[in-house]
Amino acid sequence: MNDITLTATRSLLRLLTCGSVDDGKSTLIGRLMFDTDNIPDDQRAALEQDSKKFGTDGANIDYALLVDGLEAEREQGITIDVAYRFMATPRRKFIIADTPGHEQYTRNMATGASTAQLAILLVDASQGLLTQTRRHAFIADLLGIRHVVLAVNKIDLIRYDQAKFDAIATEFATLATRFHFETIATIPLSARHGDNVVHRSENLGWYSGPTLLEHLETVEPAAATSGPFRFPVQWVNRPDANFRGYAGTIAGGTIHPGDTIVVAGSGRSSQIARIVTADGDRAAASVGDAVTLTLADELDISRGDSLASPDARPEVADQFAADLVWMSDTPLLPGRPYIARIGTATISGVVSKIRHKINVNNFDELAADNLALNEVALVNIALAAPVAFDAYHANRRTGAFILIDRVSNATVAAGMVRHALRRASNIHTQALTIDRAAREARNGHRPAILWFTGLSGSGKSTIANLLETKLHLLGAHTYLLDGDNIRHGLNRDLGFTDVDRVENIRRVGEVAKLFADAGMIVLVSFISPFRAERRMAREQVESGLFHEVFVDTPIDICRQRDPKGLYRKADAGQIRNFTGIDSPYEPPEAPEFHLRTTTNDPNALADDLLAALRPQLGLTGH
Amino acid sequence: MMLAAQNEARATNGEAANLAALEAESIEIIREAVAGLRNPVMLYSIGKDSSVMLHLAMKAFYPAKPPFALLHVDTGWKFREMIEFRDHTIHRLGLELIIRTNVEAAAAGINPFDHGASTYTQIMKTEPLKAALDEFGFDGAFGGARRDEEKSRAKERIFSVRNAQHGWDPKAQRPELWTLFNTRLAPGQTMRIFPLSNWTEADIWDYVAREAIPVVPLYFAKERPVVERNGQLIMVDDDRLTLTPGETRQLRKIRFRTLGCYPLTAAVDSDATTLPAIIAEMRASRVSERQGRLIDHDDQAAMEKKKREGYF
Repeated sequence: MNDITLTATRSLLRLLTCGSVDDGKSTLIGRLMFDTDNIPDDQRAALEQDSKKFGTDGANIDYALLVDGLEAEREQGITIDVAYRFMATPRRKFIIADTPGHEQYTRNMATGASTAQLAILLVDASQGLLTQTRRHAFIADLLGIRHVVLAVNKIDLIRYDQAKFDAIATEFATLATRFHFETIATIPLSARHGDNVVHRSENLGWYSGPTLLEHLETVEPAAATSGPFRFPVQWVNRPDANFRGYAGTIAGGTIHPGDTIVVAGSGRSSQIARIVTADGDRAAASVGDAVTLTLADELDISRGDSLASPDARPEVADQFAADLVWMSDTPLLPGRPYIARIGTATISGVVSKIRHKINVNNFDELAADNLALNEVALVNIALAAPVAFDAYHANRRTGAFILIDRVSNATVAAGMVRHALRRASNIHTQALTIDRAAREARNGHRPAILWFTGLSGSGKSTIANLLETKLHLLGAHTYLLDGDNIRHGLNRDLGFTDVDRVENIRRVGEVAKLFADAGMIVLVSFISPFRAERRMAREQVESGLFHEVFVDTPIDICRQRDPKGLYRKADAGQIRNFTGIDSPYEPPEAPEFHLRTTTNDPNALADDLLAALRPQLGLTGH
Repeated sequence: MMLAAQNEARATNGEAANLAALEAESIEIIREAVAGLRNPVMLYSIGKDSSVMLHLAMKAFYPAKPPFALLHVDTGWKFREMIEFRDHTIHRLGLELIIRTNVEAAAAGINPFDHGASTYTQIMKTEPLKAALDEFGFDGAFGGARRDEEKSRAKERIFSVRNAQHGWDPKAQRPELWTLFNTRLAPGQTMRIFPLSNWTEADIWDYVAREAIPVVPLYFAKERPVVERNGQLIMVDDDRLTLTPGETRQLRKIRFRTLGCYPLTAAVDSDATTLPAIIAEMRASRVSERQGRLIDHDDQAAMEKKKREGYF
């Protein structure tokens, strides 16, 4: 193992460790760093001090304290987040993503796995394979890791028994047949005592394979996807009129000046003129290189576009099937709009369907209408416009995406594309001869959607009715969509769960859009408790058309009024999922109109609304 | 295997692939921040990490200049050579530099000797930094922190969200997957961006050598006036450092592994006057670089606390 020629290409290996505190994962990382002399003296001294204060291994050094960084972790003796560790040996540099093994932290493991080439799955030799081992193997495979180490730790606890070790190795080999791992190394070791981590153990004379470090230093992950050329445009660089370059990181393949490329979305093609870097133009650039490309022709290209090889183009579609890991405390609701980031494109999208969710412990496929934190599912995604992508197994850079919550801006899901769905590409929008301008001219006013939102009993319908009457008297073409009425007809198949509320508003938004397109002033009177769906309804139509009217009545007043006797029933527990009681109401943050019903009477509020709206609607009156 | 032995092997030309990968990753991060944020700024603290980060920013937008300003929070206690180097660098690169100091606190005599490292850092570094970000409406700030420096930094995202008070909540961090960075912010939130997250101290010096990046001369050994205080060598950079009874000003051949405010930054005895000598010395060293940073040693979770309060 001392062949010096190997060190000439000392490379970088990114790896992930999975296992729980009980398996000794932190201890293993600490031991690995300690025995490779990657712990400086001052940190070693601090470790000895900390071990006395916080240690869980009596008077001995607790290696776990090397890696548990946050105060809460030290106090509670747990690991709560992904941490990155760095270590170097003469052969390799290592970046270790250290992720906790508790089920509630599946998202952290997925995070660590997304950039890792190899995963170390830790098991306790005295326990054998556990449910969590299956989960870790599943997630590693899902995220595209192709090299795994099964570290059979605490081998001292089973007295270095070869037969027991072999049984664990065999069981894992059987489990792994369902995955796509290219190499599996099963290694008996003791992190606490140092057996077979860095130093070969005399206690394990029967084991002839590599130590953990030897394996990590010699495993050869396949070179990053060579594949066809892919270049998501990150930034258009235009310092002056004479230079127009496209900056980005090559996501696949190799490119040379003179090579032909296509813009995946538009299909327009050109040739690479220059590969520009601060160190001079290059004759070639490959996957992973951050460069700036100039083209022979002036094409309309911006951030989010993707340049690709013309012979092997990426998929371009607005719908695809994908594996999804849900990472938010707020459940995923099909139909709710999220922001998708795929390549460098940022675009609005929905999960149009959950095909099935997957029990990550036994791999059962289950029907589902929502996804909770840490659940994994095969879903259909529908985007607002087509984007370029590849299947994740073909290219981890162009086949991965995240979903972002529109309100909190949190990253709520990680996705891996399986394949494009063709349905979308065969339905083209029918061009119509009579357009909205023609209808406006006939009606004598502009269309609008007046979206009344507020608690049950807040006065939405009362004010909307009064306003519609006044508009009608002015000769306006109006229609009122009322929550209760719609629920008796169009939406009578929907209940009051969060999932159904989202679908309820989606349908009403679509109907309102059609009426507005027909030139009408649409009054929508719906509780519509969620910001995300109101925003979706707003964004379905051109700006200026949608007016959010917040009918602001405190819940105590609504409860006193209780025009339909619903609060009484809800308070008595006879109605579930009642907005304001056991289902949330998210007040608008910036409504066009904010009506306070406690200080004004409904008729005056309707008059005020009308006065404010008339100029915008072009309603001069007769 | 010893640190020295393994570090010697590190000096092979195979290191080039590792540095190329780190460089590309950092450039991608810097571009992503500029594409995703409205008005970012780069924190420039003059040290070797800042020098590397600035060099990468120059590369990221070449042939254009970086489309953002630099910000230096000047405590008034930086080494004089740092300030000279700063002004020279900004002039050399033709960039815009904003300099901010907590003038009231300085006038009130807040200093690192009488007020303790922790209080002093809060008042002279954290507060003016927050004020400057608010003053210019910066929604993001690049910083040169590395994950190998300190335990709480090892757990921080590359794109790290701060609340309206600029505080860090380690338990509410966004998952960060692949290179699909989430740059979106709610009103009042700001971002810290750490393009050097995955670099180690060795990577920084190897890259400085490879790219011939200028660094402050204080990193190179030279005879300088110092006092020995609490077992640490503190340089007498000006006459504001008063000697206590028993302390003597002595000339010693020293250099710095890390640079900050001179009263809070300890020197090491050294003969390393060239870049290869510095690199050799670092590789043979048995202590981590932040050993020389007095502000880290207040207590167990010192850095985490400072970050929660809005320190970079």
